Amino acid sequence: MNRTRASGRTVGGLRTLSLQAPAVTLLLLWMIVPLAMTIWFSFQRYNLLMPGMTGFAGLENYEYLVTDPALWSAMGTTLLLVGWVLAITVVGGTLLAVLFQQEFMGRGIARVLAISPFFVMPTVSALVWKNMMMHPANGVLAWLAESLGLPAVDWFSSLPLTSIIIIVAWQWLPFALLILLTAMQSLDEDQVEAARMDGAGAIAIFFYITLPHLKRAISVVVMIEMIFLLTIFAEIFVTTSGGPGLATTNLAYLIYIRALLDFDVGTASAGGVIAIILANIVAIFLVRMVAKNLDS
Amino acid sequence: MTTTAGTTTATAAPAAAGISPAARAQRRRKVAMAILGWGVALIIFFPIFWMILTGFKTEADAIADPSLIFSPTLESYTEVQSRADYSKFAWNSVVVSFGSTLLALLIAIPSAYSMAFLPTRRTRGTLLWMLSTKMLPSVGVLVPIYLLFRDFGLLDTRTGLTIVYTLMNLPIVVWMLYTFFKDLPRDILEAGRMDGAGTLQEIWYLLLPLTLPGIASTGLLSVILSWNEAFWSLNLTTSQAAPLTAYIASFSSPEGLFWAKLSAASTMAIAPILIFGWLTQKQMVRGLTFGAVK
Repeated sequence: MNRTRASGRTVGGLRTLSLQAPAVTLLLLWMIVPLAMTIWFSFQRYNLLMPGMTGFAGLENYEYLVTDPALWSAMGTTLLLVGWVLAITVVGGTLLAVLFQQEFMGRGIARVLAISPFFVMPTVSALVWKNMMMHPANGVLAWLAESLGLPAVDWFSSLPLTSIIIIVAWQWLPFALLILLTAMQSLDEDQVEAARMDGAGAIAIFFYITLPHLKRAISVVVMIEMIFLLTIFAEIFVTTSGGPGLATTNLAYLIYIRALLDFDVGTASAGGVIAIILANIVAIFLVRMVAKNLDS
Repeated sequence: MTTTAGTTTATAAPAAAGISPAARAQRRRKVAMAILGWGVALIIFFPIFWMILTGFKTEADAIADPSLIFSPTLESYTEVQSRADYSKFAWNSVVVSFGSTLLALLIAIPSAYSMAFLPTRRTRGTLLWMLSTKMLPSVGVLVPIYLLFRDFGLLDTRTGLTIVYTLMNLPIVVWMLYTFFKDLPRDILEAGRMDGAGTLQEIWYLLLPLTLPGIASTGLLSVILSWNEAFWSLNLTTSQAAPLTAYIASFSSPEGLFWAKLSAASTMAIAPILIFGWLTQKQMVRGLTFGAVK
């Protein structure tokens, strides 16, 4: 009996190895090769427009990046974008989750409508907002302002970053809602009922029962959104192209400019390394939390 | 019989007449919630609704003052479809998103099977490591991928984009399949196990039929993510292999306002995915949060 079990284990080990090999090998290559190349390039002089100039650059690229005001402006823009979108989606998502947890007529359909923006491709949502909503002359918002007797806002030239924040928040609010609504469904109704019997009001129930219950889901939303929001690209690409000036250039867009428009591989790679470090600071916490979940 | 009927009418009567103040407050609350809930949902959905509506307008109506009243036309749809390039982009999207999903499932199923049914000490570590590859921001590896693709002649090819999307979604696909496989009672698998059947036969004849709904929703999520992906598609393709995300982006050029055509093309680009999304929203949460929220 013991022997078969023991041999079963080794056979299992071999089987595990062969079954997992394709996925593990491919992901290993996908991770290590580009990562190693990015790090390597970041220490090289490498500009596609100047093929003669190559060689080890030391920290030159980093120095160039760090002393370039564009980097700091891009970092600031990245943080503002991430911070505002997170604030809007988490607060809004929580409130909406509470709202859509209430029973009312046609709740199912209303829910489906509210989560829809998440399934719209980023280039479509950015263009719809840019043209049909925020256009200074013919957009719906301009028309709305006009009929209320307010001056129309030229969104992308006077409030470029705010406009991007609105578009991105519109796309990610449904994501927060979707996650929080799912988490809400495991809320213990008896506990809520008991609290109500004891005379707790709706606000007290929200702060003392609902919010603590959602704590974990909220942190998941924050971390997952952060990873995606740190590298927002398409929305900027189709609306402002990073402008006016550098007003809406985030780190991802700056790297794109350096790499594919200026052909400066070395500096772009150094920027890439910075982006990877930033994302990993966030990721460590996320992975740790998911790991905890695996154990329980 | 008579007594039961009597009691039901007796309890139903006051509620219907609205005598109980508690019941009346409850009803008023429900109506208020319905108004609030529907109001918020409609505001959030409005840009999509407006886009769909604009697709049925003429170009002149599209830039006129916003109005719900207009004579609907299919002009923009026929025009967008008659342009040969639209169908080319749409076909690229279909090939790349379904191709990468099939490939990812093919690679992920054996892996998830072994993690769920033959767990070892290393399984947990492997799963977490796979998740961590998702944390590598694409922009950080844009330069090397671009140069590698250039050197291997993969720039602007469907093959190249399919490879990137397969690898991009592989961790999510493995995780989701793993959670679905783990939900399957082991007894069922053991009871159905045939003598002398190899691992691959067991997966094909036993596991796949039993977990088909889970595999289907995993596949749908992967299709949605690939279909909507816009970083790699904008950077790695130019014309030949460009999918719909890139086609729509080409409307961002300022020359001329073709809102009706843009709307018609956009509506066609998002309609299938919107429906897929509505169908898979539950599984979507699992996949995107790696099972951390159930």
